[in-house]
Amino acid sequence: MEYFVQQLINGLTLGAIYGLIAIGYTMVYGIIGMINFAHGDIYMIGAFLSIICFLILGAIGVTFIPLALMIVLIISVVLTAAYGWTVERVAYRPLRGSFRLAPLISAIGMSIFLQNYVQLAQGARNKPLQPIISGGMTVMEGNGFAVYLSYLQIVIVIITIVLMAGFTLLITRTSLGRAQRACEQDQRMAALLGVNVDRTISLTFVAGAALAAVAGLMVTLYYGVVDFFIGFLAGIKAFTAAVLGGIGSLPGAMLGGVLIGLIEAFWSAYFSVEYKDLAAYAVLVLVLIFRPSGLLGRPEIEKV
Amino acid sequence: MSDAIATAPVPSGAPPLLMVEHLTMRFGGLLAVDDLSFSAADAEITSIIGPNGAGKTTVFNCLTGFYKPTIGRLALTAPHGRFLLEQMEGFRIPQKARVARTFQNIRLFPAMSVLENLIVAQHNKLMRASAFTLAGLVGLPRYGRAERQAIELARYWLDKTELTVQADAPAGSLPYGSQRRLEIARAMCNEPVLLCLDEPAAGLNARESAELNALLLSIKREQQIAILLIEHDMGVVMGISDHIVVLDYGRKISDGTPEEIRSDPAVIKAYLGEEEEAELPPEVAQDLEVRT
Repeated sequence: MEYFVQQLINGLTLGAIYGLIAIGYTMVYGIIGMINFAHGDIYMIGAFLSIICFLILGAIGVTFIPLALMIVLIISVVLTAAYGWTVERVAYRPLRGSFRLAPLISAIGMSIFLQNYVQLAQGARNKPLQPIISGGMTVMEGNGFAVYLSYLQIVIVIITIVLMAGFTLLITRTSLGRAQRACEQDQRMAALLGVNVDRTISLTFVAGAALAAVAGLMVTLYYGVVDFFIGFLAGIKAFTAAVLGGIGSLPGAMLGGVLIGLIEAFWSAYFSVEYKDLAAYAVLVLVLIFRPSGLLGRPEIEKV
Repeated sequence: MSDAIATAPVPSGAPPLLMVEHLTMRFGGLLAVDDLSFSAADAEITSIIGPNGAGKTTVFNCLTGFYKPTIGRLALTAPHGRFLLEQMEGFRIPQKARVARTFQNIRLFPAMSVLENLIVAQHNKLMRASAFTLAGLVGLPRYGRAERQAIELARYWLDKTELTVQADAPAGSLPYGSQRRLEIARAMCNEPVLLCLDEPAAGLNARESAELNALLLSIKREQQIAILLIEHDMGVVMGISDHIVVLDYGRKISDGTPEEIRSDPAVIKAYLGEEEEAELPPEVAQDLEVRT
């Protein structure tokens, strides 16, 4: 029982992070109907920017942790958002109206470029970071096993919930969100109502990248290590989460993220840690076979 | 002949709201619109009629920025400024020049509610009020006020089009006739100076099309805007138009009041054809006889 609860906590933390990345996939898919394959690497960029920021702040002597966290959060979100904007500008916008496969390929190219760029600029070795938020508490004890809940896990889950709530508000309540949903359904008609479609798409990429940056920061804090390749695995898992929840659906991405996190945590706890990635991939395959529209997705209706 | 029409006298004084001059649209070898000139004035309903394929919708597509005309000038002179539509980027035409349009095949946002369809049409106003969403997110009062005004305007048009009861239903779930009215309401929420309607009566029954006439006349009377109408239903066209432009194969063949159009031999010829039977190849005529 205690072991189970511990895995539940770990899984939820992991799932929160996957959920944040998955939102970026699902929003971009919603608006342009394509997977942004560079999104995982945007997240990796976010993680690197966080670690660089932390090191710089440490060097100049900003040691008050909440302040340091705020500064890192803002800088890494802004810079990563700029990367997201650039990816759309370079890899997607020039190819809009081209055949469907073209932007997909250019996005994969962008992903390879970003990986190699970081590898060249930062080196291929793992970059460690000392734990910044340490400590925690024992929530229950029994059978010789203590369930430990770290403060960091609490912070991660709270930030995720706040961001997701904020995002849901953004999509459902604000004029930007409305424009986004209008573009999802009919871009030409949205333009005819005076919606700047290009800008709306750009802002979607920017918003997705900003969330990925937060996820990157949290992973840096959680695992204390990053390398140039983390975007690939996390990207595929978040993509799986988005597909599992129903791609194009915002609550679906959150639900999918949490489920993938839980599956991975329980799989590594009860079966084998070595094959934990296999669990996520197996879920992707099963979902694609049995329920391609995902848990909360609407089946795609062909327009006639 | 086309020269004579192109230089036809324009009402003197201030330029009319919309002046289309020498509009030509060529798709490869196909000349869809050929040297078309006409104007549309405030508080008037101008109809564009003509047989299928005459280029009517192409004219609309040029006006709303879907196509860049091969040649021609589309000048819109409104109280808020003068615009050359052929030089404007697509989404700026509704935003800055305030031209709104509806489609032959309805293009609502089916998954959004009826009310939201009308709010999207006021996107730019709300974006400005919300300082590009930031203020909206933190809930500044200025945005709240702008949003209330937007809802107010939407409600006015919901009442006008008798859709208030369905305000929260998804737009895609409405019956056909209501969707047509919603499209007009949405276009009006854009607060246009020129409203382009592409076959708004298509698929409506006699009662619905009479209601449409009344709606269009009241828009004209109350909003004092120019309405440009493409329509096949001659009951609608003859009943409410102030001015009719007739196209055939992309050229203007007639331009005038409904009475003038009705008696114009060129129009009758375009619609009914001349000695059509004699042009039938013999084998087709034979085939027809066998079948009947």
